[in-house]
Amino acid sequence: MKQAYTWGAILAVVVASSTGDVLLSRAMKQVGDVGKYSRRAGLLAVVGRVVRNRFFLLGLVTMTLAFYSLLFALSWADVSLVGPASASLTFVANAIAGKIFLHEHVDHRRWMAALMVAGGVALLAG
Amino acid sequence: MTFRKYLVLAGITLFAATGDSLLSHGMKQVGSISLAHLTSVIFAVLNPSVALGILLLLGFFVSYTTALSWADLTYVLPASSLGYVLLALLAKFFLHEHVSTARWLGIALISSGVGFVTQGPALTHRQPGSTSERQASKSFDTRTLP
Repeated sequence: MKQAYTWGAILAVVVASSTGDVLLSRAMKQVGDVGKYSRRAGLLAVVGRVVRNRFFLLGLVTMTLAFYSLLFALSWADVSLVGPASASLTFVANAIAGKIFLHEHVDHRRWMAALMVAGGVALLAG
Repeated sequence: MTFRKYLVLAGITLFAATGDSLLSHGMKQVGSISLAHLTSVIFAVLNPSVALGILLLLGFFVSYTTALSWADLTYVLPASSLGYVLLALLAKFFLHEHVSTARWLGIALISSGVGFVTQGPALTHRQPGSTSERQASKSFDTRTLP
């Protein structure tokens, strides 16, 4: 039963974290290249535009949920399991979410990179 | 990709790795926080390492959102994952921890993954006239600037 709770919490971390990343990415694409924008309109205008974006605010909320899910997972299982499992699964989940929700061109190079980094993180933290 | 953009990616890596390390170091100095004394979390930010760690993680967040404004999510995440390698190398050379063969293999895998993704384009090319392209061009439209 404890194992089910642990993997449920890890799944919650992966889902919330990937959702947050997708929402933040979408928000920043709507804002536009902040370097170019700040040179034209100033840094304050960029900050104002970012914090008024609803995807950005939703992204922050889901990132907070991911953080608390991680705390729950850590209270049920060791960091040596929770850390690498959630980090490496998040890389793969982001590649899938980026393709489906952001319509990014995830070619074989990006798939390979996501899988290699996920495997590397699992080995490094394991 | 310009040199400045590579600097932003390096910023994500460095800020995340050093911020996490400082936060971890500071929280070990603060000691464990029980659920009955949650207010002690607030006072934990008075610890210099925790305060500096939070500042560096703010730097990470700014660099991360900046990179997402001109690059794909599926590019930024693997491209900025060298922080894991940096942490392992810091542990090996500064903390004199043992780095096992499996960890060296992990370092090699992450480095290869980063090499793979950074050789490709950073941003998905949108077809002119597509919905996503129209949304993107609308967001870049400078006529809405003050």
